[in-house]
Amino acid sequence: MKEVLMQVDNLKKYFPITGGVFQRTVGNVKAVDDVSFRIHRGESLGLVGESGCGKSTIGRTILRLNEKTDGTVLFQGKDLYKLPKEELRRMRPKMQIVFQDPFSSLNPRIKVGQAIGEALYDHGVTDPKVVRERVLETMNICGLASYQYDRYPHEFSGGQRQRIGIARALIMNPEFIVADEPVSALDVSIQAQIINLLSDLQRDKQLTYLFISHDLSVVEHLCDRVGVMYLGSMVEMSSTEELFRNPLHPYTKALMSAIPIPDPTYKRDRIVLQGDIPSPANPPSGCKFHTRCPIASDICKQQAPEYRDVGNDHLVACHFV
Amino acid sequence: MSADVMPITENKNTKKAKAVDTPWKTALRRFTRNKLAVIGFITIVFMFILCFIGPFFSPHNLYDYSLKNKNLAPNVTYWLGTDKLGRDILLRMMLAGRISLLVGFVATFITVVVGATLGALAGFYGKFVDTIIMRVADIFMALPSLPILIILGAVLSDLKVDPDIRIYYLMVIIGILNWTTLARLVRGQILTLREQEFMQATEALGLKDGRKIFKHLLPNTIPVIIVTATLSVAGAILTESALSFLGVGVVPPTPSWGNMISAANNLIDFRKRPWLWIPPGMCILITSVAINLIGDGLRDALDPKTKK
Amino acid sequence: MVKDLVEFRNLETHFKTTAGTVKAVDNVSFTIREGETLCVVGESGCGKSVTAMSLMQLIESPPGKIVGGEIFFEGRDLLKLSKKDMSRIRGNEISMIFQEPMSSLNPVLTIGNQISEPLMLHMLLDRKAAKKRAIELITLVGISRPEKIFDSYPHELSGGMRQRIMIAIALSCDPKLLIADEPTTALDVTIQAQILDLMRDIKQKLNTSIMLITHDLGVVAEMADYVVVMYAGKVIEEAPVLELFQDPQHPYTKGLLKAKPIINQKQERLYSIPGQVPNPIDLEDNCHFHDRCEFCMDICKVKQPPFRSHGKDNHKSACWLYEEEREVL
Repeated sequence: MKEVLMQVDNLKKYFPITGGVFQRTVGNVKAVDDVSFRIHRGESLGLVGESGCGKSTIGRTILRLNEKTDGTVLFQGKDLYKLPKEELRRMRPKMQIVFQDPFSSLNPRIKVGQAIGEALYDHGVTDPKVVRERVLETMNICGLASYQYDRYPHEFSGGQRQRIGIARALIMNPEFIVADEPVSALDVSIQAQIINLLSDLQRDKQLTYLFISHDLSVVEHLCDRVGVMYLGSMVEMSSTEELFRNPLHPYTKALMSAIPIPDPTYKRDRIVLQGDIPSPANPPSGCKFHTRCPIASDICKQQAPEYRDVGNDHLVACHFV
Repeated sequence: MSADVMPITENKNTKKAKAVDTPWKTALRRFTRNKLAVIGFITIVFMFILCFIGPFFSPHNLYDYSLKNKNLAPNVTYWLGTDKLGRDILLRMMLAGRISLLVGFVATFITVVVGATLGALAGFYGKFVDTIIMRVADIFMALPSLPILIILGAVLSDLKVDPDIRIYYLMVIIGILNWTTLARLVRGQILTLREQEFMQATEALGLKDGRKIFKHLLPNTIPVIIVTATLSVAGAILTESALSFLGVGVVPPTPSWGNMISAANNLIDFRKRPWLWIPPGMCILITSVAINLIGDGLRDALDPKTKK
Repeated sequence: MVKDLVEFRNLETHFKTTAGTVKAVDNVSFTIREGETLCVVGESGCGKSVTAMSLMQLIESPPGKIVGGEIFFEGRDLLKLSKKDMSRIRGNEISMIFQEPMSSLNPVLTIGNQISEPLMLHMLLDRKAAKKRAIELITLVGISRPEKIFDSYPHELSGGMRQRIMIAIALSCDPKLLIADEPTTALDVTIQAQILDLMRDIKQKLNTSIMLITHDLGVVAEMADYVVVMYAGKVIEEAPVLELFQDPQHPYTKGLLKAKPIINQKQERLYSIPGQVPNPIDLEDNCHFHDRCEFCMDICKVKQPPFRSHGKDNHKSACWLYEEEREVL
């Protein structure tokens, strides 16, 4: 069995809703509600789900970019939420994140070379020449030319900015990278470039990814294992091959059938889900999916299904599996 | 590495624009395209030259009291006439300009230092630091500034402070009383900036607090600071003039535009000798209009939302 | 024989910037037939939205301006109409839905208000009749409890619901053409599936022509009868949907089709088009795709390829690979 790099147990992240004159907490948005999973060294775990399902919040909470509500996050065996601030800061280079929005993730007033290299200064590299060399080397790996060192972010297109974001994460020699929808803001022809870059980097540097996306086809291409989330809960998780060959949860099935296939001759029985995604502030009782589920029955309304292993490392939370 | 991650060849159009286009250069280009702002800027430069270099070319002396030349209308020797002590109005106006401009700029500098620092601290650290700073700001805002300034001016007069030193007190007082607006603006900016993904990125990269504040947050608030500061220069000059006019700001013999206008406080001077108060009045008007034009121009030039 | 509804003829829409002229739409010609769904595909900045906005004459001027060409709608040249006539056409004959349903709805008016207003204005219905028609429309776009929705405000609805409401508003005056500019890009896949279903449904029921602008070839495959591919302001290929997916001609179209990972067809490595979309300012008179094209020849760098059919009547493309003449003159 491979080494567990990131171990997440019963993670909860609630955002309080305040109301009334005194701004008291009147409720919680349960963005992440009791989620557990492990990520092994060298693998890439995909996390898919629709907007508001909590996948991005997981990405940020396991890096302690926002505080958790409950649960534990162990990175290389260390509980991130028990580390003192300075020690956490020194751990940061090992775990990096690539953001979705290539525009807001770069400071518009900082030159690209500086943006990529500045963190080195705060982690013990003080010689500007060394920093410059490492920046240029990393830029080259990420497909950026050296003359772009002194340019500002606004001179770059979305795809190039995403390369800058990747270079900035990569220069720290991380072991673990959270990629939070890194391609969804990009054009199709650029998406393929970035996906290929990410998979090359993983191969060359033995990186571990948590790849967050709403696009199942991208996840299938890039990930070894996939978790499917709905309204803050994990509903299904297994190896990519197993999941796509044999999806068990009705939500996973619907999600797969909803993706438009670029082939006009392809005919299929689409499962079109009725209704909208319920608000995570007020999730349905029992199985959260029962309001839209085509096979829901009474038990689904009353009792939350157990998230269990049905063999072959295939975990699923549904009464009917 | 495969073909698609090799360095990308830029297309020809971007190659042509060789010079690095910094955000500042873009702002400068937009500013220079704004005709009114450029006129404002030239006017201010002219004012500075007039006030700081002009007096060296004057044949007169500030202390040339000569009662036989008193209250002369503009003529060849005294281009703008003389006052009731026979002093050259033009020379006094230029020297007064030095004081007024100095008060305006130094007071603003104090405002910026105090306001930006406190605003940045409040915005970055939040919680109780924020509460304390912003409640103090509320108190300052609740104070009516003109009566306070008049009282403080009266206190200074009562303490018989030397007129030359009194100017510095005045700068500090005007500067301190104005910090709240800027502090609020900077705090607000930093609160929005903190939520930006690039600030999350600085956290993920494990940058130190100092780098986060001074390299990432403050440079992004500079446009706001510049615009507010420019406009507050005009405000400070006007405040100083008002106080001096009321006799509690800069006091004679030190000239300032404000106390020169107070010559118009008697009816005979006001009606019969307009050369006493029109020139300094025009200076105040022109300077504050020019500064406001620059301020507006800067706001448009530095605002990233307005298109090129 | 199906009638032509809209015909773009050599449309040129330019934007003036300080850095130079952007030919956002550069000599674009194509036809939308009655009852047909035409998809315009391309990446951001290729001019697909500007083409639609030119048709609606909603180009912001300055900086934008339609500098040449004609747009025929049922035989009339829209560019020659008066403002008043054009606004009547916008309300009654052509309507449009946008990518971001939230910003297209007024947050302080109820949904009912916003649907019935154009009905009273353009169809001259009284308040009661307008409400009745509005509720019919809300039902038509597949929303249950239409009375309740009629009195709701936009923020009370989810993104998918708002997009349905936008469609209801767009359909309120029985338009002959519905322009949908990336209608599902901001939505989740399961909601996107609902909206696409709805649009197909409406087309069948009302026989409305649809001009669907999208970057997603999956959506194209599901929705389109006819496809127009745009790149850097020019139409580079057009064909019926089956023809285009089975036998794409232009290297860019081929690249796009190969670049998208397809579910259940795992490949080792994705095909990717190198480089990026050219800077649209002052483009030269050549094939704008040449520096990303793996088949680039000398002539591609200096001369624009003609846009015409190569063997098949209904399939046109602009590429030197299919031309006899390849010599650089």
